Order: sequence, then C-alpha cells, then structure tokens
Amino acid sequence: MSAEPTVTEADLQAYADGRLGVERRAEVESWLAGRPEDAERVAAYRRLGEALRAAYDPVLAETVPQHLESTATRRPRARRIAAVAGWITLGAVLGALAGWEARDWRRPAEPPLAEGAVMARRAAIAHATYSPEVRHPVEVGADQEEHLVAWLSKRVGARVRVPKLDAAGMALVGGRLLPGESGPVALFMYQTAAGRRLTLYIRAEAKGNRETAFRYARENNVSVFYWIERDCGYAISSADLSKDELLHIATLVYKQLEP
Amino acid sequence: MNEAERLVELIPRLRRYARALVGDRAAADDLVQDTLERAWAKLHLYRRGTDLRAWLFTVMHNVHVNKVRATRVTDTLEEELPELAQRASQGDALLVRDLDRAIAHLPSEQRAVLLLVTLEEMSYEEVARALGIPIGTVMSRLSRAREKLRMLMLGQGAAAKLKVVK
Repeated sequence: MSAEPTVTEADLQAYADGRLGVERRAEVESWLAGRPEDAERVAAYRRLGEALRAAYDPVLAETVPQHLESTATRRPRARRIAAVAGWITLGAVLGALAGWEARDWRRPAEPPLAEGAVMARRAAIAHATYSPEVRHPVEVGADQEEHLVAWLSKRVGARVRVPKLDAAGMALVGGRLLPGESGPVALFMYQTAAGRRLTLYIRAEAKGNRETAFRYARENNVSVFYWIERDCGYAISSADLSKDELLHIATLVYKQLEP
Repeated sequence: MNEAERLVELIPRLRRYARALVGDRAAADDLVQDTLERAWAKLHLYRRGTDLRAWLFTVMHNVHVNKVRATRVTDTLEEELPELAQRASQGDALLVRDLDRAIAHLPSEQRAVLLLVTLEEMSYEEVARALGIPIGTVMSRLSRAREKLRMLMLGQGAAAKLKVVK
C-alpha cells in the first residue's frame, strides 16, 4: 500500500458535501476506512444536511405572499403597495409606543403622516356610520352606477371612478355624497355575498398636495388604507375584513385607478 | 427574462434560506421583503450577466447583519438548551422544531455558511464571495457549525437512550 494521503478537515467537509473529485474522494474514503470515529462524524454531517433539507425545502412549495411578489416586480406602483407591509408593522409599533389613539389624529404631525391622516379618520367614521345600515346604506344604488359616478364626479370636483372588486368577491352596493373638511366627498360601498362590507372614500386634493405612499391606520375597530394619488385622496375602510384582505383589495383598487 | 421576473423566481429560495436563518415565519418574510427592496435600490451595483442569485444572497446577508446589529437581540434561546438536550426524541431523527432550535444555537455567521452550503448548495467559493469572507473562514465556520449541531444531536440521542433504559 502506498503512503497514506494527507486529509484535512476541509477535505472531510467537502467529502460530506459530495464535492470532491473521484480521485480525491477515493483517497478520503480509504483514509476514513481506518478511522471509524471520523467516518461516523462525517456520516452524521451528511444526515444533518438531509435533515436540514427535509425541514426547509417545503418552504419552496409554499405560496409566495403577495406583498413579496409586488416588491420583486417593482413597478413604482407595486413598490408603493408593497411598502404597506412595512407600514403595518410600523403602525403597530407606533401604536404600541405612543398609544396612538384617536385624539392623536388631530395633532399636527410631520408632513407625510399628516397629509392623509385626517382623511383616514373621516373615512373610518363614515365607514362606521354607514356600513351597519341595512335599509339605507347608500343614496344611489349600484343599478344606477353611471348616474352615480357622473353625479359624484361633478360634486366632488374630480373625475371619480368606481373600481371593480369582483376579483375579491366584493360587489358594489352604491354610493353617497358626504361633507369633507374642504368640500364634498364620495363614498362607495361594497360588500361580499356574506354581507361583509368595505367603503371607498374619495376626495379631491388641492393642487400641490404631494402623492403619498400607501398608509395604514386603525380607528377603533375600523382598518383603513389610504393614499393620495394625483388629484384625489383615497381611503379604503372596513371593520369586517382583516388587514391582509383589505390590503389585497387596496392593491386591486390602486391598480385600477391607474390613469 | 428581465430582472423582475428573475427576482420573483428566486423568492421561494430567499424565503427558504430566511426561514432557516431567522426561524420565525413572519420575521423571515420581513427579511425577504427588506432584501427585495434593497435589491431594487442597489440594482445599479449588480453587474448584468453575473449570478443574480449569489448577489441577492449577498444583499440578504447585509440586510440581516444590519438588522441583527440594530436590534442586538441576545440569544435567549441559550436558556432552552438543557430542555433541548433532555427531550426524548423519536430515534435519531431530529424533528423540525428541534432542528430550528438547534440551528438557533449556532452563531449567526456559522449558520449562514452552513445554510448556504446545505440548502442553497452554493460552492465554497460562492459562499465566500456572498459573505465577503476568505474561503478558509468558510471552511472553518462550516466545520464548527456542523460539529456543534452534531453534538446537539448526540445529546438528544443520549437522552433518548437514557429514557429507554429507565
């Protein structure tokens, strides 16, 4: 038998990973043949690798959360939507830290936050007021959608559009006109077959109000996503839907309102 | 295929690695989210034609290191070590939960090397480039990570045998 080859710890690791060439592998094998303890150690490394793959490979088959996909596809709009996920977390943190209660909405805050915060609060109140209505949830029903849109656009002073939310199982109930802090506001109501409701609040923005990213707020039990885009401010509110469901719908709305 | 499509394609792998790296599902997806955002912000630094996957894992590594540095979470899991060692397991097989916890006992730089080699099946050179460390360091971290996990597994096996004997 020829002189025994030198085998390093790095060789053993590479052997465990199956990354040695044929020749070197044979050398390591013959080296291990005389060292049962090392052989067992290397075998354990291999089992460990198998256990790791068995434990985590199932993640590969999981459905990718939508916000991750939106972030990956990056189009500026998609990115802003994806930023909501961060805002949810931040909102929770702020809420926990500052006791972010209703009264704080009125407090003058740093520009990006204040811009839509008042709107979010009003949207939440409108939702809480009208969504429990059984007989008169809206002024004009979905059967007169064309009229509804023309009327509200005229009163609000901006081209108002009604997104289709069938993809989320939500059908338009209708809409109504509301007083806002600086003029009339449009409120559309949607509901699922099971009667879970959401409202879409649309107001005209003064020229020069900058666009904002998606924001999340919670007013009592009403969740609100809101943002400003071009000449309108939008807020989607619901007490019936989870944050994730509402986010999904907000994404649909956002995409459809793309000019 | 453009970058966006390739990024989408790589998400499951980023998620798998992140899950093993940080353990918790929500925290792992946060890490992936931050990584993707960072990737877009830094895309001009990525050289077309080179390995996007390796580059992404580098980005994720940097994001993770920064997060850990920012939170300075101490390894509270250390306290659970005795329980892990004493718990009777089903034969030799590590349960996923145990594995999760065992991995959590590794220093994060060792964990990263082990996972990139084992799950991502990166070459040692790729790992060295992704983490910005010399290849010798890759090998020593890999070796230490495996040995520590092996000892944890042995501890478990021994505990199981004790149970049987008693």
